[in-house]
Amino acid sequence: MTVGPWPLSESGTGVLEKAATGIEGFDDITFGGLPRARATIVTGAAGSGKSMFGVEFLAQGARAYGEPGVLLSFEETADELVANAASIGVDLRAMADEGTLVVDSAAGDLDDLVQSGAFDLEGLLLRLAAAIDAVGARRVVLDTVETLFSTLPDETTVRREFARLLRWLKERDLTVVVTAERGQQGRLTRHGIEEYVSDCVVVLDHRVEDEVATRRMRVAKYRGSPHGTNEFPFLISGRGLVVMPLHHDELTEVSEERVSLGIPELDTMVGGGVFRGSTIMISGSAGTGKTSIAACAADAACRRGEKALFLSFEEPSGQVVRNMRSIGLDLQHWIDKGLLVVQHMRPAITGLEAHLASLHMILDEHPAEVVVLDAVASLSRGVASYASASAVARDIAMLRLRGATTVLTALAGTHDDPHTDVSASSLVDAWLLVRNVENDGERNRLLMTIKNRGSFHSNQVREFLLTDDGPRLVDVFVGPDGVLTGSAREQQEARDASTEDARRRDQERRRASIERRREEVEAQIATLRRQLEDELADFADVDDSAADEAADRAAERADSAARRVGGGGP
Amino acid sequence: MTTSPVAADLADASFHLRLYVAGQTPRSALAQANLYALCEARLPGRHHIEIVDLMDEPARARTDGVIAVPTLIRVSPTPVRRVVGDLSDTARLLAGLELGPLATEGAAS
Repeated sequence: MTVGPWPLSESGTGVLEKAATGIEGFDDITFGGLPRARATIVTGAAGSGKSMFGVEFLAQGARAYGEPGVLLSFEETADELVANAASIGVDLRAMADEGTLVVDSAAGDLDDLVQSGAFDLEGLLLRLAAAIDAVGARRVVLDTVETLFSTLPDETTVRREFARLLRWLKERDLTVVVTAERGQQGRLTRHGIEEYVSDCVVVLDHRVEDEVATRRMRVAKYRGSPHGTNEFPFLISGRGLVVMPLHHDELTEVSEERVSLGIPELDTMVGGGVFRGSTIMISGSAGTGKTSIAACAADAACRRGEKALFLSFEEPSGQVVRNMRSIGLDLQHWIDKGLLVVQHMRPAITGLEAHLASLHMILDEHPAEVVVLDAVASLSRGVASYASASAVARDIAMLRLRGATTVLTALAGTHDDPHTDVSASSLVDAWLLVRNVENDGERNRLLMTIKNRGSFHSNQVREFLLTDDGPRLVDVFVGPDGVLTGSAREQQEARDASTEDARRRDQERRRASIERRREEVEAQIATLRRQLEDELADFADVDDSAADEAADRAAERADSAARRVGGGGP
Repeated sequence: MTTSPVAADLADASFHLRLYVAGQTPRSALAQANLYALCEARLPGRHHIEIVDLMDEPARARTDGVIAVPTLIRVSPTPVRRVVGDLSDTARLLAGLELGPLATEGAAS
């Protein structure tokens, strides 16, 4: 996986053109690579990897960016250079054969020199010019220029000539890496050459703390460009240099997609699964089932047809598979299908550096979407907590860069103390805590979410059961004596169940009696309605005859009135 | 100062000397003049001087391992010896060619 050239137009640094190094992570922390057509000092003590930085810069330039290069070493012979480059997977001879690189060793050319009178370094310029012209080089690495200062007699001359050399390379539009020895008392270089190379200074460090070697890189200076100022861990593996940016939030795409952890109730607790590419830590004391939860996440990935990686720092892989079978997880068939790799690693033996390198290589061959690290506390066994926290941080950073969803398990000190050995909590996005609770002569497990970045998370404590059909989460009962789990919960469930039964029977009885009453009332209503209808019918008959009589009476009144008008007129 | 003993096997040896320069600069001319003068004085009849101008043969800087100019190489007798500079410091030039003691001042007294 190569991080491509950073889009300058988007980074807002547009003015300074950059040459991508192709070194994983480095182009991220420098927002695009080294300053083009300028010189960069890469300084560090012996064995800090500065020559490898130069080799990788040239190899990537030729391989990925079509920029041939020249490697001029003042320290190592051509054979040594070829062998060293091979250790990071770069074949200098092949590059020379295909015309993308000139390897020139000046080792020995400066030995046992006697000076007689004034001189200059025109020979070096002509030598470089010939090499540059031979392949049309765009990149030049001078490793280590300080040999010039320590072997040539007249320092004033060497300083003047070195400055001239850099100007000359700049005029030819070459991007130059100059390696230098770290000086005493915090000086960047032994001979103060940073005075001449002021555009960009990269400091490499190879520290051994508590018997653990760790490589770090810092961009001490980068004129005209923003850059990460922290020390970034890096490693030199058989596949080249990799720098691990610790602050990667802006650098990686954030996914909105949720992925299941394989336990439906747990997915609900964290708002419908965890975000893809996020980091989940499951902490708890020994025997709380952390591994089982983590294995479920790996199993769920395989069910989705994704690749998963289970790194066990504690148990041999066969043992992991066997143990998970006991809770109904068949990891073996995922392994057979090529979806799952269960790998046993012992970082305390191999060293954290090698551990990270091998993790890198495993992921190159098996690009897992879900990675389980079980348990990260084992990373710290026998090494300083600082170093192990850094190792965990690097693992997390690397997995995040790869977009893998990472599930870490961590051993908590005691069951009351949620703090883990490794203070990785700030690096993780979601944190689940599994606790043992003891009462009534049994131990039960409780699971709760402590944090879940950018997401709903349940404030409920759940009981965590390991059944033959895999882990399950059930609601706990909260009573006067606190949270009830295990048998106590089951008894409570039984008690509740019998109470419920009695209540239901009582209700049935009442419903039946109401039903009977309803039937009675409805019968009464029907009777009353019939009576009413009969009464209405009788009343209608009476009403008709009364109307006829009224009409007759009205007619009679009209007749008698007419008679009175006719007989009595004047 | 110039009467110091010379290694026995070098006393009668024939010297093959090669001077690398970069173009016809004043410094390169000075180096050549100094070299010829020394050979006439100290190696009469038993020296061969070769001048290589890296401007004309730039590839030889790499093949012959030259960085500083002027560089004088004693091709023979072996082992190869190298002197850089315009060769104006005769004592150091003699020392570099193993024709005299290295530390001319101080140590001898």
